Amino acid sequence: MSLAVVPEAAPHEAAQEPDYIRAKSGVLSWLLTVDHKRIALLYLGTVTITFFLGGLFALALRTELLVPDHGIMDAMTYNRMFTLHGVTMVFFFMIPAIPGVFGNFFLPIMIGAHDVAFPRLNLLSYYLYLAAVILGLWGMIHGGTDTGWTFYTPYSTTTTTAVLPILAAAFINGFSSILTGVNFIVTIHTLRADGLHWMRLPLFLWSIYGTAVIQVLATPVIGITLALAGVEHFLGTGIFDPAHGGDPILFQHLFWFYSHPAVYIMVLPAFGVASELVGAFTRKPLVGYKMIALSTFGIAFVGFLAWGHHLFTSGQSAVDAGVFGFVSMLIGIFTSIKIFNWVASMYKASIYMTSPFLYTLGFFFLTVFGGMSGVALATISLDVHWQDTYFVIAHFHFIMAGGVVLMFVGGLHYWFPKMFGKLYNEGWAMVAAVLVILGFIGTFTPQFLLGNEGMPRRYYSYPPHFQFLHVTSTIFAYILGMGLLLALINLIIGLINGPRAGNNPWGAPQYEWDTPSPPPEHNFSATPVINRDPYEYRGQEIIENAN
Amino acid sequence: MQTDAIDHGHEAKPTHLRFQFSDSARQFHAAKFGMWLFLGQEVMFFSALFCAYAYYRNQFPDAFWHASQHLNTKFGLWETVDLLTSSLTVALAIHFIRQGKRGLTSAMLIITILCAFIFLGMHSFEYYTEFHEGLLPGRFFHPEASIHLPPESAMFFTCYFFVTVLHSIHVIIGIIVLAIILAFNLRGKYSSAYYTHVEVGGLYWHLVDLVWIFLFPLLYLIT
Repeated sequence: MSLAVVPEAAPHEAAQEPDYIRAKSGVLSWLLTVDHKRIALLYLGTVTITFFLGGLFALALRTELLVPDHGIMDAMTYNRMFTLHGVTMVFFFMIPAIPGVFGNFFLPIMIGAHDVAFPRLNLLSYYLYLAAVILGLWGMIHGGTDTGWTFYTPYSTTTTTAVLPILAAAFINGFSSILTGVNFIVTIHTLRADGLHWMRLPLFLWSIYGTAVIQVLATPVIGITLALAGVEHFLGTGIFDPAHGGDPILFQHLFWFYSHPAVYIMVLPAFGVASELVGAFTRKPLVGYKMIALSTFGIAFVGFLAWGHHLFTSGQSAVDAGVFGFVSMLIGIFTSIKIFNWVASMYKASIYMTSPFLYTLGFFFLTVFGGMSGVALATISLDVHWQDTYFVIAHFHFIMAGGVVLMFVGGLHYWFPKMFGKLYNEGWAMVAAVLVILGFIGTFTPQFLLGNEGMPRRYYSYPPHFQFLHVTSTIFAYILGMGLLLALINLIIGLINGPRAGNNPWGAPQYEWDTPSPPPEHNFSATPVINRDPYEYRGQEIIENAN
Repeated sequence: MQTDAIDHGHEAKPTHLRFQFSDSARQFHAAKFGMWLFLGQEVMFFSALFCAYAYYRNQFPDAFWHASQHLNTKFGLWETVDLLTSSLTVALAIHFIRQGKRGLTSAMLIITILCAFIFLGMHSFEYYTEFHEGLLPGRFFHPEASIHLPPESAMFFTCYFFVTVLHSIHVIIGIIVLAIILAFNLRGKYSSAYYTHVEVGGLYWHLVDLVWIFLFPLLYLIT
């Protein structure tokens, strides 16, 4: 070890200590583990499955939309399919993905802790999530539901499809999310190693912290809202039913009070991963550490006050709409602060171009255009034109889905050597990254155009003159799917056959790269002391990534 | 657990100290902080219902007033007294365990749990009456002939049932939590040096109590 961050740590007897994968064996040692790294791998397995499932639903939708009318499925199946796509991707993939996998794996390592504050609660979070996924899948097999992932009343309380198991799944998933949030906040507060003061906290953890605050404060509201809708569906209690004096718009307010901040539950961790990747591959100290960290809280705070921009056409007063529109635009400022700092970090840097960094560049493109279309959508007069069209679909797929997918896959490529101690084939990873990025942009750019011309979302059929754009979108969706499949296969081959990774194959400055790859069971043989900043570039060699 | 593997230089770590913490004080702080955050989410959980209540009461002020007259204020008052008493006893339980008095702690926990059961009993009786009088939410709202209520009153009972049932579920969870803590205490797990569960369980119970303090005037005392 030439690069000791932790000179005070005991001399490396850790080298003989078995890593966390080999420390124990047997199925039960995985299923009942309280090791945060193993729990992260449980999450990784599960979110990979839900991600590909959600992707398959999406491809089925795109295939149906190749023709203006009946193609491979009837209208009812189509409605079920877009609901399942939304529910699976939002609740079972995007919300748990980055915090569940990278948050769990790297949060304790990055702060020099042996585990999270409540390891057993952490396992409970995972099992609640798994229960939600299984219940959701069960609901899908039993007919699925056709309400869309937003479950708007009064439709969701009157539909004859199996909405209850899906609502219950989203409800249970919420508790998993809350407990993870509580666990992460407490861990960051109480388990930081000596010397790791707040301004040395890696930016990924600032993002995870901001995310956790939203998880704890917003998720309970969706929990109770979905419970109300479920009970109303089951019993007819009337709380959202105009026949009994109820107001369906109240559901929309409560739903978006969570679901707008939930966008930041999904995308803030992606911003955090982007900061880490920029810090690692620009090979010079990151610009604007404080601003990037603080803007996270700007986004988290303002995100709580912006939900009304989903209700511009739901009969909101003009004053409310104006205020919500203005507040929504403020989010653009905080996001730009991050983007400007990332770009400034890349300026005159000797960039080390790798597949994870390629994903980061694709992420910048999607974030900038997705973000700007978001500011446009926050303008009331424009929104009235675009409301419930493919423009909105394209906007949130760019910023939210694109952000999470690219940074989840990019982050997985970046941390793969640390998590598994193996290297993957960089050439194929590059090919996959190009396919994914092109596929993503190509899928949703036509949808911006479709929406602008008035193609409404969630429609089964469309006028023939939209066919060209729909077909283009579908072709690129297949390219995106192939890119992701290629990335997965490449990583699996790397996992089985890849050469051993050293401790720091990227020559990255961050703390986690000073642990062995893969790390030992309790991360450190002694509690480390941190005596430098996380992005202090120290001229590390790029050691063994020459394949 | 595997404390030995990472134990350098510390002689005897107390048995309650988990491997990820360096000292008991920090572990205690973490547990308390975690519970406070959890209480934060509980507040938000109930807030959505309070929002719905505020909105509908603002929509139908008269119907809410009329409907509220049919709740049993005496029962509500005694339930409040009962829960306040239980908050006192759970606070005393924490006080006594800090002094290492395990017997008194157990006694206080038992009284708290009894109060919780009394609350549930009284509230069940209220529910029973309301079922009989047909004062139920939404499409089940069919008041007896002797009761004259505007139809919008159904919304009052929707709010009433949702929020009180949710609160009662919290009371039941509280009973389970306190019973587990009582069982641990009877086995001598806690002392003046380690009483994290008592403190954290007490915090949770205070929240259950606090929610009721808001529910009682909002539901029973509308003027």
